Formats: sequence, structure tokens, C-alpha cells
Amino acid sequence: MVIEPAGESAVMVYLGETMDPAVSARVQALAAAIPEALGGHLLDLVPSYASLLVVYDAYGTDHMHVIRELHRLGLALEQGETGEGRLVELPAWYSSESGADLEDLARRAGLATDEVIALHSGTEYRVYAIGFAPGFAYLGEVDARIAAPRLATPRQRVPRGAIAIADRQTAVYPAVSPGGWNLVGRCPRRLFDPAAEPCMPVAVGDRVRFRPIDREEYLELGGEP
Amino acid sequence: MSGLRVIDPGMLALLQDAGRRGYYRLGLTDGGPLDRQAFDLCNRLLDNPAGAAAVELSFGGARFEAETDTFLCLAGAPMPLTINGSGQPGWEVLPVRAGDRIEVGHAASGCRAYLGVAGGFNAEPAFGSVATVLREGLGGLGSGKLAPGDQLSCAPVRERRRRYLPESARPRYTRQVTLRVVPGYQQHHFSRLQQRRFFGSRYAVTDRADRMGYRLAGPAVRADIDGILSEGICLGAIQLPADGQPIVLLNDRQTIGGYPKIGAALSLDLSQLAQQVPGGEVVFTPISQHAAHNALHLAQAYEAARPIRERTP
Repeated sequence: MVIEPAGESAVMVYLGETMDPAVSARVQALAAAIPEALGGHLLDLVPSYASLLVVYDAYGTDHMHVIRELHRLGLALEQGETGEGRLVELPAWYSSESGADLEDLARRAGLATDEVIALHSGTEYRVYAIGFAPGFAYLGEVDARIAAPRLATPRQRVPRGAIAIADRQTAVYPAVSPGGWNLVGRCPRRLFDPAAEPCMPVAVGDRVRFRPIDREEYLELGGEP
Repeated sequence: MSGLRVIDPGMLALLQDAGRRGYYRLGLTDGGPLDRQAFDLCNRLLDNPAGAAAVELSFGGARFEAETDTFLCLAGAPMPLTINGSGQPGWEVLPVRAGDRIEVGHAASGCRAYLGVAGGFNAEPAFGSVATVLREGLGGLGSGKLAPGDQLSCAPVRERRRRYLPESARPRYTRQVTLRVVPGYQQHHFSRLQQRRFFGSRYAVTDRADRMGYRLAGPAVRADIDGILSEGICLGAIQLPADGQPIVLLNDRQTIGGYPKIGAALSLDLSQLAQQVPGGEVVFTPISQHAAHNALHLAQAYEAARPIRERTP
């Protein structure tokens, strides 16, 4: 565990350097233990792939106390067991109509589009982080055979629900936004709905699997045409 | 509903309260006032609860009509204020009556000011806050930036102490800002030479400076890595992408990102940064986390002692 300052009222805890389910599980375990250790001094947490940003109230405590608590939790963590997140299934309409980059990606990978779909939907992903935009969940790891670099020129407009790949990460765009990831399909389920409870179907640490559906089912499930 | 009707929002007018807290796990950023100092003083002058919602005016040029009797205060960058055509001071609680026309001109220095009313503006909160974050489509009156015809709701108020901030006690907005920086994050990926360049150079505010972050231009500072695994980003974090030009991340930043960061600017100094327009000069000076902690507490004591006066009949 390495702890770096992150400004006047936050510290960054690094628990590894790679995208790795075991590291992510430790980030989760630490994130789960911190609220009790810091109590009301904790303002917010940002768990990510291998790190945890801990934001505290600098008017009630200081970095020395926070760091001491984190080291104490870190020691306990090494002996503890980490649980598995929930499994969430997301329907996915893969096609060149719904995924503008599917054919290009398949061609560059030397695969048929059906093979790309089978590899993307045949992998169980882990939610490593949520950020970039409200509800944007970073999922990994994508099978190396269909990993694809970001587009040289990002799109001005990626539709809501677009399923996309960047390197060995995949995600569903929760809202219309600019984006540079490779689009392979659409998900009819809303990934961020401020009016819903909960407003996101997934949380960091959950597992995600994509279930291929056709256009008809996509529309039936409320997907935008 | 009564309150203030927007006739012309000017370049950019946004409803802001103290910001959204506790929703990083959903990817929601802070929002809130870019110049926290001016915003807080505006509410203090009005005897409002801390964090009451006010309108953040960027650059100015806005017009409103009062639809109720209340008191208002304009704090921050000096923007000429008139009520029914007659010039009025900033940093002062002023009475307005239903039907009064309120005009705010363009800033003579700085670029952000806060128009507050007695009791603050009322709006439906999203995730515990009315702070407008355009990128997220959250906050404000539900439709993003304020537009002509929008009605800002506030309660009628008949009496308020006429507090004001004497000229000598007002923040000044110059074209130069020194940001105290707590080194951290990927600091070890910046060589001593790169760090010396960063802390020893002058940077200029570019025209890519907004509520998400201020992009600066000057001597390039490069990390010995291209990118990092995406990680959380605090307010004031300073990113250095491959071109070596610093970006100071502000209230509407993304909550996670993958560019190397050399540290984070002290929040107290971000108010002055957010008042800079393109061409403004920025220098960085390193401070320890201890010193930053001290500075926060000293600033609190200093603010409490700021000489707020009151007009008496």
C-alpha cells in the first residue's frame, strides 16, 4: 500500500499497478472499511482500478490521522477475505447497424463479426471504476483478441446505450456524449437514470455479462431506435 | 411563484449552491461556485445560510426583473450594477421591489460574480444540490444554463440588515495568480528538472479555460510515463498530458482520469484562478500537506475577522 497526497484534503491509496481482479477486490474491501474508520470526517471516496481516492474534512481531521487509519485498515485487509460482487446481466444488441465500428474491429482482428460478438459476450467483466460521466462504468478485461485502441478522432456524438471497446476495457455510454471508443452494439437498459432507485444497475466491484439480443428484443426492452 | 425573472442571462449564468457531495461513486462531480470566496461572502453579507443558491455570472452582461420585494447582493468580479438605471455598489445588500430592473454590466477585472438574494434561490435539488453541471445535465432549473424568461424563485423579504464590505476589505482580482500546490499523485514520475521547470516558470491562461478546468500554456513539463490507470481526481488537481501543458481541474472536472498529475492546487487559490481570463499569468509554488492544512485553518480565522459593516439610516 502506497499513500500519496492528493491536495489539502485528500489522499490517494495505491494498492497495485495493473488492472487485476485481486487488486480491485482489495480496493473494494478498503473502500468498504473506511466509512466506519473515518466516520463523519470522510467526505467521499473514488475507487478505481488499483487506487482509492479518500476525501476527508480538513476542518475536522488531518492527513496524519487519515493515513494512520488507512495503514491500520491496510494491515487488516491483508488477512481478510474479499467477497464477490453481484452478477448483473446487460442485454446487448450487437450489429453493424447498432455498432458502427463492429465490422472494422472484426476486420482488424482477423475475425468474423459473430466471433467478435461471441468473445465480447462470452467474458464476465468486473466493474473497475465509475467516472468520466455519471454512470459510466469501466468494465474489464476485454479478450485480448478484440482489444482495440481508441479512435484517432473521437466522435462528436455517441448515442446513449452504445456498447464500446477501448484497449481491454469495455463500457456502455450512459448518455449521449462525445467519445473515442469503438462502438460494437447498443444496450436498451439505462445505465444512469436520476429518477430511478437505484439510479445505476451496477456498482464498482460488481460483475457484468452481456447477453446478445436482436433488434426486436432491443426495442421491446425500451431501447431507443 | 415569484422571484427574479431572467431577461438576458449574459454570456453564462448558472444557478449554483455549495455543490454536490457524496456521489463520486456514481461519477457525479462537485459543481458549485468557481470563486468560493466571493460566493461565501455574498451569502454572509445577505445573512443567508452558508451555501444558499446564487447565480454565478461569467463575464457579466445580464439583466433581470424583480417579481417580488427582496434584497440582493452582487459579489465577486466588479461588474457595474444598476437598479432601474441608477448605479449601485457591489458587495452590498440592496433592497429591490417587484418590477425593478436589475442590470449587470461586464466585468472590469476578473470574470465571475455572484448575484444572491435574501434567503437564496429555491429550486428542485438533484442528488442533494441545485448546483448546475452542464456536462451532466443536472441542477439549476432543470434545463442547464439560465435562459431569457427563466424564473428564479425566492421568498419575499421585507427586512434585511444592510451589510456591506468596505472597499479595503474586498478581494482584488488581478491578472496574476500564485497557486500553492501540494505535490502528490504521480509526483515521482516528474524528474527534478521537470519539477524545477514547473515551479520556476510562468504560465498563461489559454482560451480553453472553463468550469471543467483551466488549460495553461508555458514551458512543457513532462512525466516519464504517458498515462496511468484511471484514478480519482480531486478539486485543483494538476494534470500534465503528453504535450506537457498543465490543466488545473476545477468544479466540473471528470471524477476520474488517466493523465499523470504532479499535485493539486490549494482550494483557497482556485477562486483567484477562476477569475482569470485568457492571458492571465499563473505561477506555482510548492507547499507541504501540513502547510496546506495550516493555510486552510488560518483562512477560516481570517474570513471570520473580515470587517463586514452595516449601513444605518
